[in-house]
Amino acid sequence: MAAAMALVRGVRFGSYSIGRSRSLIFNSLQRRGIAACVDPSIGLTDEQKEFQKVAFDFAANEMAPHMAEWDQKEIFPVEAMRKAAQLGFGGIYVNPDVGGSGLSRLDTSIIFEALSTGCVSTTAYISIHNMCAWMIDTFGNNEQREKFCPDLCSMQKFASYCLTEPGSGSDAASLLTSAKLQGDHYILNGSKAFISGGGDTDVYVVMCRTGEKGPKGISCVVVEKGTAGLSFGKKEKKVGWNSQPTRAVIFEDCAVPVTNRLGAEGEGFSIAMKGLNGGRINIASCSLGAAHASVLLARDHMCVRKQFGETLSNSQEVIIDACVQFLQFKLAEMATKLVASRLLVRQAAVALQEGRPDAVSLCSMAKLFVTDECFAICNQALQIHGGYGYLKDYAVQQYVRDIRVHQILEGTNEVMRMIIARSLLTES
Amino acid sequence: MLPLRFRRVTMSARVLVGVKRVIDYAVKIRVKPDRTGVVTDGVKHSMNPFCEIAVEEAVKLKEKKLVKEVVAVSCGPQQVQETIRTALAMGADRGIHVEVSGKDYETLGPLQVSKIFAALAKKEQADLIILGKQAIDDDCNQTGQMTAALLDWPQGTFASEVTLEADKLKVVREIDGGLETIKIKLPAVVTADLRLNTPRYATLPNIMKAKKKKIVNVKPADLGVDVSSRLEVLKVDEPPQRQSGVKVETVHDLVEKLKEAGRI
Repeated sequence: MAAAMALVRGVRFGSYSIGRSRSLIFNSLQRRGIAACVDPSIGLTDEQKEFQKVAFDFAANEMAPHMAEWDQKEIFPVEAMRKAAQLGFGGIYVNPDVGGSGLSRLDTSIIFEALSTGCVSTTAYISIHNMCAWMIDTFGNNEQREKFCPDLCSMQKFASYCLTEPGSGSDAASLLTSAKLQGDHYILNGSKAFISGGGDTDVYVVMCRTGEKGPKGISCVVVEKGTAGLSFGKKEKKVGWNSQPTRAVIFEDCAVPVTNRLGAEGEGFSIAMKGLNGGRINIASCSLGAAHASVLLARDHMCVRKQFGETLSNSQEVIIDACVQFLQFKLAEMATKLVASRLLVRQAAVALQEGRPDAVSLCSMAKLFVTDECFAICNQALQIHGGYGYLKDYAVQQYVRDIRVHQILEGTNEVMRMIIARSLLTES
Repeated sequence: MLPLRFRRVTMSARVLVGVKRVIDYAVKIRVKPDRTGVVTDGVKHSMNPFCEIAVEEAVKLKEKKLVKEVVAVSCGPQQVQETIRTALAMGADRGIHVEVSGKDYETLGPLQVSKIFAALAKKEQADLIILGKQAIDDDCNQTGQMTAALLDWPQGTFASEVTLEADKLKVVREIDGGLETIKIKLPAVVTADLRLNTPRYATLPNIMKAKKKKIVNVKPADLGVDVSSRLEVLKVDEPPQRQSGVKVETVHDLVEKLKEAGRI
């Protein structure tokens, strides 16, 4: 075995490129299977393990080697994402008749969790893209589905979800972007803020006001890039999520055909919220992947880093023991919270798939709990790395920076609490 | 009926691909405390990387319409079905699971496997067998060669390029001296080397289609093969720990030290 390993490694270090570039000696994420207690494939069907394997392999070979560069140079990795789409990741829970993969929410969660270990920011964008494709697939009529979904599933075209405005974030139903009916077009006026992919994407799923105040006056329309009156703000400079551009999307007398409206007038808010239920599971899954990667990185660091004469994973002296044992216990807590988070997300995915009455609350609980816990896990992993954790040479800081925003978008964790409280306190 | 050797290969060619379930290449190997082998319980397993390359080559031949059917074969206990499913997800048409378990599986080696493959090749009327050049657990590099010998078929081992020209196979082999090109008649055995191709990722739709493809169970006895081993493993040890070196000042010292160590 040693000889073959040497051969394979020799080729990695040499000038041959093995296409799938298995050059990940230094990426200890490849050390799968040793920590059985945090193994993400436990409890999955054989088929789900296959999906997960493809996603892990893709993340390790096509994403992880570039994640630092994409972050530092703020590159939107179109080619890598199109490769992912070729494997079926462009419309994971979209119907196969329009090019999707037709998988369940649980399958989707497993896939995003695995992809996220390669690059959180890119995977999070892919999940937003998937959400938009699903909204058109589910609420669009046949013409709309056939017009937009195949290109979205292949990632020939990219999508953005436009709900938030400068004046309405958590209070999404108070949005102001207006859509006045003129003949067979809606004329859109207003602006959206913090739009992921904005400016670089081709298809915008926009929630706008066609009727009265409040949620019942909101409709959902699809706006294509290049439409007159559609423009973009400057690219925002962010702490993380740098492999996707974030811009304001501006509508100035932007004429959108009525045939681009998804569902009926007044259904837009409900469509948006249904999209977000799945989106919350996806975002939570991305946090899971980052936390999983961070736990493994912290574990590996502790097995290597020597202080007080021993590695942080061993220790002989009593006094030193307490200090080092604290870190070992911290690692155990991180692993426990990781597994607890994973179980909650997967349960929420199943509930959503089955259309259970508790699905919305469970999705909110999952998003709330998992994004908070996983950020704490990644943060603690950074701490375990000591000074090295603060250097950009080490991946753990990117996981921390990238998942920090998961506690804010797709509904702040405060809004999640609102949803859960309402479900507990309202008499049904 | 014509002897296998002289059957002309037509578009109805059938390829047998061997896939072995091995400990994943990224796992850190540990020797069992009783030193009879390595720890395999609870350890991540996957398809041997060279077998992946073999499957990819077979599927590519099918996509070029040069062969009609790709059959994935694996020998071992129930778990090897996962490995066959991976091959099916990459594009193989059906699978054969040769059931070998327990002590027989622990002692299963190239000689028995090659006998199984030879028997299957005759039973399935295969025209081409593609195997990985070696497995990353035992590094034997024997199964392909032994299979060819048992069938009296030509072999193209360490292949880095395979081209089908009518009923002949042009194989470019990686050898110590460089690259050697040979032409062999079908039916033949080919073993895949690292640079033969880049294995594809299974796509989500293909993984789902693979569920519907058939895997047939076969026992070695049904093929008339005796899987008992002629080898006995005496012990398994970790490689010796690397010792620290010694710095010397002059070339003369270096020569003296090498003589002392009996190296020259």
